[in-house]
Amino acid sequence: MSDPVTRPDVVGQRAGGSPAGGMSERGIGLLGERKKAQLEQLAQASAESGGVSLVRDAIRRLRRNPAAIIGAILIVLFLLIAIFAPLIAPHDPMQRFDELTSRLTADNIPGASDGFPLGSDQLGRDFFSRLIYGSRQTLFVGVLATLIGLGLGVLLGAVAGAFGGWVDNLLMRFTDVMLALPALLLAITLVAVVTRPSQWTVILAVAIVNVPIFARLLRGAMLAQRESDHVLAARALGVKERNIVLRHMLPNAMTPVIVQATLTLSTAIIEAASLSFLGLGDPDQERAEWGAMLGDAGVHYFEVRPELAYYPALAIIVVALGFTLLGEAMRDAIDPKNRR
Amino acid sequence: MLRVIVRRLLQLVVTLIALSALIFIWLRNLPGGPVEALLGERATPERRALLIKALGYDQPILVQYGKFMQRVLTGDFGNSIRTGDPVTEVIGRAFPATVELALAAMIIAVGLGIPLGYLAARWRGRSLDHLTVIGTLLGISIPIFFLGYLLKDVFTQNIHWFPPSGRVTTGIDNTEVTGFFVLDSLLTREFDATADTLWHLILPALTLATIPMAVIVRITRASVLDVLNEDYVRTAEAKGLRHRTIRGRHILRNALLPVVTTIGLQTGALLSGAVLTEKVYNWGGLGTLITDSITGGRDYPVLQALILLAALVFVVINLLVDLSYAFIDPRVRVR
Repeated sequence: MSDPVTRPDVVGQRAGGSPAGGMSERGIGLLGERKKAQLEQLAQASAESGGVSLVRDAIRRLRRNPAAIIGAILIVLFLLIAIFAPLIAPHDPMQRFDELTSRLTADNIPGASDGFPLGSDQLGRDFFSRLIYGSRQTLFVGVLATLIGLGLGVLLGAVAGAFGGWVDNLLMRFTDVMLALPALLLAITLVAVVTRPSQWTVILAVAIVNVPIFARLLRGAMLAQRESDHVLAARALGVKERNIVLRHMLPNAMTPVIVQATLTLSTAIIEAASLSFLGLGDPDQERAEWGAMLGDAGVHYFEVRPELAYYPALAIIVVALGFTLLGEAMRDAIDPKNRR
Repeated sequence: MLRVIVRRLLQLVVTLIALSALIFIWLRNLPGGPVEALLGERATPERRALLIKALGYDQPILVQYGKFMQRVLTGDFGNSIRTGDPVTEVIGRAFPATVELALAAMIIAVGLGIPLGYLAARWRGRSLDHLTVIGTLLGISIPIFFLGYLLKDVFTQNIHWFPPSGRVTTGIDNTEVTGFFVLDSLLTREFDATADTLWHLILPALTLATIPMAVIVRITRASVLDVLNEDYVRTAEAKGLRHRTIRGRHILRNALLPVVTTIGLQTGALLSGAVLTEKVYNWGGLGTLITDSITGGRDYPVLQALILLAALVFVVINLLVDLSYAFIDPRVRVR
């Protein structure tokens, strides 16, 4: 089952949790064990009918994990800032202020002054307001890229996992090809052909990079489900194949995919920032987005005013950290090895 | 074993051919293809038609691809649009720089990563462990190009410990033999150049090593923790084996398998990081070439060859990793 040409060991790699080999293996191994755990649990439940569901059990363990709590707090803070950006930010993030632009020179960007807590950016706009509003765009890019990648990946993975056979083979060879390139390089390749990069090209490129990862993960999980007893039971009861796939296999196979999505949010934000840094990002100077702010400041203004890079970078690190902490805690929580 | 290798090699070839076809079609059939890159958007239709004909783009895509593959198999990737030089030459010049950087980065990542991960696992829950875990979390959460600028700012602007960019100080005599600067200086016994090139190498290598090192530390730690709980470790202890033997033969050897996978994966992915790192330090390797061939006027022949090269490196390393299992894990050998 292990397909060593491509070993998109994303879950395993960023783990710490379990050191199992490739992701497809890991996915299947994990699901295999989960299946066993479910069966054990089923047996238990029928015996005493007071069993705790796997999900509830996972949530219980999450709540006791300080890493999960810290991650969740960071994410909630990030969401709150994004939601209430207009209330927090003192100025319009796109407005250029005369009192700031007049002091802009080639080697000076004014720092903090009255009404501008973090000073000006390279175009005489309020840096603090741009940082606050930046949370919105960053969230937008990260979430959308992840969702699109997840959607397409789930579609591919579900089809492969549901049909098996040559469909599975064909689709998985296709993901192999995509996985033969390192992530950022694939994203660069995708953006490279576009004449006019925009926010959407960035989102799509980052999304497509994640498609094979989600596809393989879900496919592995689905295949494990195919052989499981509850699917067999459903088939014996004469449930339609479509309903078996949609109602019985897919929902049960989604957990690792959702966990991976949480981790992907953090890499998506960093990848978008990297594309900006390479000059392949969103060219819209008006829009405030952390990745673009960091990429731009990193290249052009680091020597003039490094704060312009420091703050967006710090924001990105904190948010990425939040999603990573929560995602990894979630992964550990659904890992049956940790069940008691 | 031989059958497995042959099968894997075949798979590898198929993957590469499929990738080359996809890349070929992708780079040609989207808006802003090479014709526009060469002529600009406002070229007259006549000129455009002429160029399309000259480049052979009026032929069916399969015919074009066939011709392309024919030339590729003879080692001809065409000429760079920007400089006019043969693509193989352009890449050949940049290749040693990146390999040197990548090698240095992996030496740092593996050399520090495995011991750190091992120590963190052995002293689980102590302060070294906590520091390591926090450090690796930061390592995978920080955009490495930003880390690069940070290191550069601190160590070249504030305290002048390292040179800010490039591979060698201008004026230092370094005769090129292989293109690997450190190796060259050793071969020609220009030891001041050795020191200078190593000096230039440290910061970029550290930057590039960040992610692989963080990942290697985490995998090693997790893997060692798993093995520590195994019965055979307890048995070995009960037998009264020396700690050194237990550590070397029982713990490390068994824990190393996932670590080797990770090292392979990370090595294959290094080019991603190299693109970013090389831009920060103006390194002039393959990463710089990738960036330049996109932002400096879409140099498709170069880009195409680079992507295929990256994929080739990636899949070959993966194959090597799988084969190396046989040497580390006796159970695989039996199969």
